[in-house]
Amino acid sequence: MLDLSSEKSIYIQVAEIIENEILLGNINEGDQAPSTNQFAKIYNINPATARKGLNLLVDEGILYKKRGIGMFVADGAYQKIIKKRQTIFYKEVLPEIIQEADRLEITLEEIIDRIKEIKGGE
Amino acid sequence: MLEIKGLSKSFGRHKVLTDIDLIIEENKIYGLFGRNGVGKTTLLKMISGQLSRNSGEIKLDGLDVLENDKAMENLCLVREFSNSIKEMKVKDIFSLASIIYKDWDEEYKNYLIQEFNLRIRNSFFSNTKFSKLSTGNQTIVGLIIGLASRARITMFDEPTLGLDAAMRYKFYNLLLADYEENPRTIIISTHLIDEVSNLFEEILILNDEKIALHENVDSLREKSYFLTGREDNINSVIKNKKVIYTDNFGSTKIVGIYGELTEDEIREIKSNNIEIDNIPLQKLFIYLTENIK
Repeated sequence: MLDLSSEKSIYIQVAEIIENEILLGNINEGDQAPSTNQFAKIYNINPATARKGLNLLVDEGILYKKRGIGMFVADGAYQKIIKKRQTIFYKEVLPEIIQEADRLEITLEEIIDRIKEIKGGE
Repeated sequence: MLEIKGLSKSFGRHKVLTDIDLIIEENKIYGLFGRNGVGKTTLLKMISGQLSRNSGEIKLDGLDVLENDKAMENLCLVREFSNSIKEMKVKDIFSLASIIYKDWDEEYKNYLIQEFNLRIRNSFFSNTKFSKLSTGNQTIVGLIIGLASRARITMFDEPTLGLDAAMRYKFYNLLLADYEENPRTIIISTHLIDEVSNLFEEILILNDEKIALHENVDSLREKSYFLTGREDNINSVIKNKKVIYTDNFGSTKIVGIYGELTEDEIREIKSNNIEIDNIPLQKLFIYLTENIK
């Protein structure tokens, strides 16, 4: 869902919604992506905002345009999103977790042990 | 394109708008904001050619809009009806609108009557006098005219007065769906900022007789920040910034600033243990309409 009170720009959230749908396998490579019209209708946002989000994914090679028909999920989109999200995970998510752990005086070993525990002895 | 140059308006000695320059582009949705009494309705009435001005020009395709039939058929302002119109039957108001607006779509009007649930049983409703309708239904008649006019410049002044949430969202939905099919310029003036902030592409804020701000929604967001940190650290980094919000939280200070930050500035801010966040749009509108000078 879009979070209208979020600090994140709506068009970036639009792009993330589509990425999530692709990651979850709800939209596959070659499938048509939701249209600006559908975004406008379901989320009550300006079609230009939705278009900006979709174009962001076109620039990244995740979607491509078919003239007069709409946007489609490109081949290799799934892997591209995985790569992109991994980068974000290592650059943004993880440092924040580590920073918070530092504040709470949790050691690296304790974190690793806990992760192993949660993952169930893999 | 609608071009406003050097526009001024006063009522007697009371100056409302002074020397306004503004370009309204084709096929964008504009949000017009400002405190009560700042002149939003006055500006819209002048754009629609219904109100004289003291000086300046308002031109649609190079032709002034004032008392100009050619321009009028492309300019629709939805606001409270005049008393003489309120005494008309609803069906007569619709047919009057169908004559005025060049791109009026009768079929779409009928569709909207269904969508808004204005049932016409044996033409009972349309034979009713407008003034006999409930407040909500009166508002809906205005909305239907605004939408079905398909006017190149359609303006809604406080369009959802007296409507419940379901009907308001119905309107936003219908507006966006039809805008996508039939692009045109739409200007909406409203106080319900929360609900509509994502409808807009461009934002206009009126304050102190002027257009205090005219920005694209996304760039607006991208140059407004919350800074959170220790008071002395904050004070040193906001020296040359336009502060639109400020609050204290224990020994922490939270300020909202408006204006672009360079990468160097962002680095300096972060090195001072100050958190930077973007300001959510809805909050930003509130701060800006309250604070712009």
